[in-house]
Amino acid sequence: MTDITNTPATEYEAQLGDYFALLKPRVMQLVVFTALVGMLAAPVSVHPVIGFASILFVAIGAGASGALNMWWDADIDAVMKRTAKRPIPAGKVQPGEALALGVALSGLSVMMLALSANLLAAGMLLFTILFYAIFYTMWLKRSTPQNIVIGGAAGAFPPVIGWIIATGSFSVEAWLMFALIFMWTPPHFWALALFMRSDYDDADVPMLTVTHGRPSTRRHIVAYTVLLAILAVGTGFTAIGGYIYLSFAIVLNALFLLGAYRIWQRDEAMAEKDNYLVERKFFRLSLYYLFLHFGAILIEATLRPYGLGGW
Amino acid sequence: MAIRAEHEMHGRRKGRNVGVGLMLGGFVVLVMALTFVKITQIDFATAPGTVGQASGTSAQGDN
Repeated sequence: MTDITNTPATEYEAQLGDYFALLKPRVMQLVVFTALVGMLAAPVSVHPVIGFASILFVAIGAGASGALNMWWDADIDAVMKRTAKRPIPAGKVQPGEALALGVALSGLSVMMLALSANLLAAGMLLFTILFYAIFYTMWLKRSTPQNIVIGGAAGAFPPVIGWIIATGSFSVEAWLMFALIFMWTPPHFWALALFMRSDYDDADVPMLTVTHGRPSTRRHIVAYTVLLAILAVGTGFTAIGGYIYLSFAIVLNALFLLGAYRIWQRDEAMAEKDNYLVERKFFRLSLYYLFLHFGAILIEATLRPYGLGGW
Repeated sequence: MAIRAEHEMHGRRKGRNVGVGLMLGGFVVLVMALTFVKITQIDFATAPGTVGQASGTSAQGDN
């Protein structure tokens, strides 16, 4: 009874939803989808229960690294408008709770993936969590403008893990899916950095917009988009590609290149006049871009047993 | 003021506890299902170290 009388009426008590928000559910969606595509595109079938459990543990691992990221970045999250409402800066969850949740779920997800799938998949999940939570969050993010470029690898590992869940080994196709996300991440985040304007400046995060300026960021977006387009269309001619993927890739990359070209052609005065409309459109397109590329790989893999997908 | 048996805080905590309970229950069911699938997938007659034992010949004898 004492805990009832001693609890101030105004003290916020974290709800399940607050802890769930620590796991970055939107990032988890992307992780689940790309890992699932990686698993289903592999030439080895997986039992549905094993597949479901394994993807769930990959998602929990991704969520755990998100909680660790929020624990470490609570100070800069409080400064940036985009992240100020996250559970820790909003005062809903204590930093220690986020750390405990992140560590516990990391251990649980890696251990359970080793049991449900294989040791290599579990090792890759552990590597991904450590890469994101320690290498990216604790070091790269605050020390170099290449933070997004190198750190993007953390978000690119899920399809590789998915592939390993099915096959137990690495392959060129898995690394092509990795490369697709890896090359997509910088233009996606740099477009965001362009229209979020002062957020990264205020938080002293050395984003390219802060260290090299906005015109340089616009040039970088074009350069990475050209490399990404070559890679994305080229993937269409490999074992995970086919007519359907190639059709998607040609249309999406033409649109993406056009968007990048428009960003390159603009300066800050033009962008501010229409409230960064072109940059916002490019960012929105980038979300569909990745979803549809992986969706096309999934369609090819689904149709292949019927002699329709692939080449 | 009468003492209320059900404090507003109890309601909030109940929601959280039920949620945690459901997740733990789901985890138990998942582990059970995984165990069942793993066990039924193994062909014990040809499992490593047991080759030939079912028919009475030793693995060493095969070499």
